[in-house]
Amino acid sequence: MPHQLLWLIFLLPLFSFIIISFVLRPFCNDKPQLGGYTTIAAIGGSFVISVFALFAVMANSGHALPVPDIEWVLIEGGVSIHLGLLVDPLTAVMLIVVTVVSLMVQIYSQGYMHGDAGYHRYFAFMSLFTASMLGLVLADNLVFMFVFWEGVGLCSYLLIGFWFHKPSAANAAKKAFIVTRLGDFGFLAGILALYFNTGTFDIAMLHELAVTGAISGTILTWVAIGVFSGAVGKSAQFPLHVWLPDAMEGPTPVSALIHAATMVAAGVFLVARTFPLFEHSMEAMTTVAIIGGFTAIFAASIGLVMTDIKRVLAYSTISQLGYMMLGLGTGGVAIGIFHLFNHAFFKALLFLGAGSVNHATGTFDMRQMGGLRKVMPWTYATFVIASLSLAGVWPLAGFWSKDEILASSLASQPILFYLALITVFMTAFYMFRAIFMTFGGEYRGGAPEAHGHPHESPPVMVVPMVILAVLAVVSGFWNVNGQFSAFMGHGAGHGPGFFAVLTHPLPLLSLVVAILGIVLAYAMYSAKWLSAERIRGMFGPIHTVLAHKYWFDELYEDVFVRKSMINGFFAGLQQFDTNVVDGTVNGVADGTIAGGRALRQIQTGQLQLYGLFIGIGILAIMLSVLFFG
Amino acid sequence: MLVGLEHYLILSTVLFAIGLYGALSKRNAIIILMSIEIMLVAVSIALVAFSRYIVPLALTGQVFVIFIMVVAAAEAAVGLAIIIAIYRGYETIDATKINLMKW
Repeated sequence: MPHQLLWLIFLLPLFSFIIISFVLRPFCNDKPQLGGYTTIAAIGGSFVISVFALFAVMANSGHALPVPDIEWVLIEGGVSIHLGLLVDPLTAVMLIVVTVVSLMVQIYSQGYMHGDAGYHRYFAFMSLFTASMLGLVLADNLVFMFVFWEGVGLCSYLLIGFWFHKPSAANAAKKAFIVTRLGDFGFLAGILALYFNTGTFDIAMLHELAVTGAISGTILTWVAIGVFSGAVGKSAQFPLHVWLPDAMEGPTPVSALIHAATMVAAGVFLVARTFPLFEHSMEAMTTVAIIGGFTAIFAASIGLVMTDIKRVLAYSTISQLGYMMLGLGTGGVAIGIFHLFNHAFFKALLFLGAGSVNHATGTFDMRQMGGLRKVMPWTYATFVIASLSLAGVWPLAGFWSKDEILASSLASQPILFYLALITVFMTAFYMFRAIFMTFGGEYRGGAPEAHGHPHESPPVMVVPMVILAVLAVVSGFWNVNGQFSAFMGHGAGHGPGFFAVLTHPLPLLSLVVAILGIVLAYAMYSAKWLSAERIRGMFGPIHTVLAHKYWFDELYEDVFVRKSMINGFFAGLQQFDTNVVDGTVNGVADGTIAGGRALRQIQTGQLQLYGLFIGIGILAIMLSVLFFG
Repeated sequence: MLVGLEHYLILSTVLFAIGLYGALSKRNAIIILMSIEIMLVAVSIALVAFSRYIVPLALTGQVFVIFIMVVAAAEAAVGLAIIIAIYRGYETIDATKINLMKW
């Protein structure tokens, strides 16, 4: 396969976006299904090329493929930015993740978004998003990557606010964009600082410079922290996590693709991509690990009490991203990315399942669902498989990656290990609480305006879910004997082995903790041995704190934005503008007018006065000639 | 005593000053015209005096004075015509009352 074809990976979805926007939407508005077909064809093509790319990288023994690049910006004095692709093992893995999940979501969307008035717009934005994400993954220099970084942020805004006439959706879109912008500011500062210290944006060169020690010490730490702040924003880590739960206002396939599997993973990918910067700065690694570990338990605690199924999944995503950061910060690229790889499949599947449930009942509120396992067997089965994988039950995918993270955190930061272990319990608990509330018991009626009885979703929605379920089971096997780590360049490829759970204490411990979580959820929500209401009463204050999400939204919106900024700082700036700036301009004008009013007194209209001035002038000239020659 | 150049120049200066004072401070327009004539006469005296005492055979100053007298006559005629036109419009020839160019 000629390496120029690799450019098509992100160009095909881009062409799809252009075709849908400029050809299909204006001219073929009565045949909306064409938009879906175009997108699926483009992403299918990207998927095929990505598979070839994966095999090519494997055949190249893990080294990057040479890809021809173009010179994009050349400024006199040495600033030169190339457009090129970096296709190494990390890229190849991410390409598979993005194209597979995107393809499944697009197929599913045909069913979910059927009949929506913005069908073409939806697929156009989905194509653009996939193109941006693939471009981000493929980019070989930080400027190129930043362009696509902003591109995915834009598409996230467009898709969260897809039903923009709903004020809550419009506000959620704004919130997402602005909060991630805060992180992007740090990212840009990091990129520029890196450029000023090294003179290059190219990622491969930066790796070498970091390894050889050309950038070191405090500069390296600050640059790494800057880059990480971009990741904190995009991956919704604490304290910039507030946008992701609100982003659930968008259509559910959007949540599956963007806010579960791909865009939020871009932050993790960024840290992995620039990993040598972090490797050589102890402080940066510790920061990543601590923020990741804290976010994991923080978000999981909030997920325990949510009643909206998508909110549970959103907090679960934040928590799992924290796990990935923890893995990166304590163990390295392979561990974090392996969890990203597995997580993408089962989290996307969970969101698609939530969408399927919504399609049937008309609501996302779990208190109005129940008993769906009888009427939606496929959705139920795939949802359970994905939840077991997420909870980390052997031998499903999540078990393998989570186990690695626990092992590496125990070795580096024991406190974070205990937090992560508690999070395993919480994760299992809230997922199965969601399952028992949604699928167990009896149907509680669904949305008030729902029509009739719920039924299984059409095959166009179920088939992608089944495919993702298969992946959720088998994707973890890649690292059973350590092949994934070896492929990513870490170690000689010795993995835990398939039956390690029976012989080693740590995997066994994590499995037991996960099962305990499932059992507690069963006890509270299914068999009702313990009453959920009584426990809520016992832990009343804690429940209130969790249900209000630790009041972070109120902190940010009321205290920071409203009081400090709008009424404080911005009001001060407005006073400055009105009084000082406008005052100066008006003052100059008023001064001119006053001066004119004073000076015009000379014009009396009386000829003799003018004559007098002429005489005085002549006298002055004569005297000056007399005295000064 | 012998009459020298300086006596004529002092006369000329005094006459010019009288004329200037009248032109700038009198209200009646005809008086202003007369004052301007006095100024012209003063200048003529100075010119003739210079000519007689410095280059007596060239007669330069005297010829110049002839020209000045012609111009003065024409100017007086035009000035009086203007005064009559103003009187027709304003019923007065008080120079302080003609102030259309006032701001």
